[in-house]
Amino acid sequence: MSSFSDTFLNMDVLARYAPSILKGVGVTILLSVLIVLTGVVVGTLLACLRSFRVRLLSFFIVVFADIFRALPPLVLILLAFFGLPNIGVVLTSFTVLYLVLALVLAAFAEEIVWAGITATPKGQWEAARSTGLGYTQTLGYVVLPQALRMVIPPLTNRAIAITKMTALGMVIGVPDILGQATTAQSFSANASPLTLAAVAYVVIFLPLVVLSRWLETRFSRGAA
Amino acid sequence: MITDRPTLELRGLHKSFGADPILRGIDLSVARGEMVFVLGPSGSGKSTMLRCCNRLEEPDSGEIFVEGKPITGTGVDLNGMRQRIGMVFQSFNLYPHLTALGNVTLAMRRVQKKPRAEAETRALDALDRVGLKAKADSYPAQLSGGQQQRVAIARAMALEPSVMLFDEPTSALDPELVGDVLAVMREVRAEGMAMLVVSHEMKFAREAADRVVFVDGGVIVEQGTPEEVFERPREARTRAFLGRISE
Ligand SMILES: Nc1ncnc2c1ncn2[C@@H]1O[C@H](COP(=O)(O)OP(=O)(O)OP(=O)(O)O)[C@@H](O)[C@H]1O
Ligand SMILES: [Mg+2]
Repeated sequence: MSSFSDTFLNMDVLARYAPSILKGVGVTILLSVLIVLTGVVVGTLLACLRSFRVRLLSFFIVVFADIFRALPPLVLILLAFFGLPNIGVVLTSFTVLYLVLALVLAAFAEEIVWAGITATPKGQWEAARSTGLGYTQTLGYVVLPQALRMVIPPLTNRAIAITKMTALGMVIGVPDILGQATTAQSFSANASPLTLAAVAYVVIFLPLVVLSRWLETRFSRGAA
Repeated sequence: MITDRPTLELRGLHKSFGADPILRGIDLSVARGEMVFVLGPSGSGKSTMLRCCNRLEEPDSGEIFVEGKPITGTGVDLNGMRQRIGMVFQSFNLYPHLTALGNVTLAMRRVQKKPRAEAETRALDALDRVGLKAKADSYPAQLSGGQQQRVAIARAMALEPSVMLFDEPTSALDPELVGDVLAVMREVRAEGMAMLVVSHEMKFAREAADRVVFVDGGVIVEQGTPEEVFERPREARTRAFLGRISE
């Protein structure tokens, strides 16, 4: 029993490394916020562009969305971090992680919002156009607000799944929660920092998971 | 000049979907303050004809004039034109995320660029005329079908069109809610609008229509006053249709 607590809940180790893991919490939260904002905004814009049905443009959007949804994010992260410097683009590990995950989320968000746009009844377009609203106005004032409401549950779930992947930053040395915890673990030769990291993830993500559950019931009721 | 032209005028309207000819030369005019009813079997092209009138469908050939001005062909300001032609749909098509007031003000604010206060004053006035001023802050989901349809009529009327198109405005309503909508349509006509109505409300057509048009196979088979068409139909196809629906 005491060897268990020495390994996973060693108070000396916890006290020593708590401050650096707390810094990691800040990094994880900052990254998550940036990734969600960028991913959702870019994904929504791409879905809107796609609704104009310009062949070539739609083709590139679909190719982007499919590739970024198909590849494991870790592959993209390693490729960007170790590959880009060879062509003269040197980015910090933080920036690489941010860009890759934001683009992955954008790819999923594009598909999700697009599904919402196409699921909006044709009669909504016709009613708006019949009162003189233009295509873009109809999209912005009538269709998109309904589409976004419809897709809030899947979008929230996807956003949570992808922000959790910030933990992948460890492999390129991002000082997020897991990055700080693994460093502390190797210095202290003790798993307690990882315990603390797990606690930190639960504290950050559990409320989001609960929120998504609430959104799901709320918006599925509204849609019915 | 403009005054002696009908408010809405269709000349030689043709429309096909793929190889199927749906409209095969429709000539029709509706004067100011006139309510014209369109009857015809399912699939005869009634909705298509109506939808050509504000170019939700693009006619293949033929011309349409509103207040004497052509609205077909190229170089027409589509969105400007559509504000002079209100449309009411079978399924209401209210915007579910906006209140009744929001539904009515949207086009006034975004297309006509009226300031918020002015748009709201006019919208409340329009809602008042359909008897729903008290429901201005309700969302469509909180309204009955009949109330939703009246809000939809207010939404179209608030833009002060000169033509109103109705595509089966009461077909989706419970029978006890139909009367309120028809009452509002009488009001609309009293305001001097030219009205083109596709509907199966025969009783209402008899009482309120100035003219009844029977469409079948993409052409106008026969038209006249309700009395003429209902009591003394000249064409066999009209008689057959009326016989079928009165059963
Ligand atoms: N967008 C479209 N593409 C292809 N065919 C269409 C389209 N819209 C209508 N049609 C066809 O055109 C024909 C006429 O349709 P329309 O809706 O104008 O008939 P209607 O007289 O309004 O019938 P109903 O009384 O059932 O409403 C139908 O056969 C229909 O299937
Ligand atoms: Mg129809």
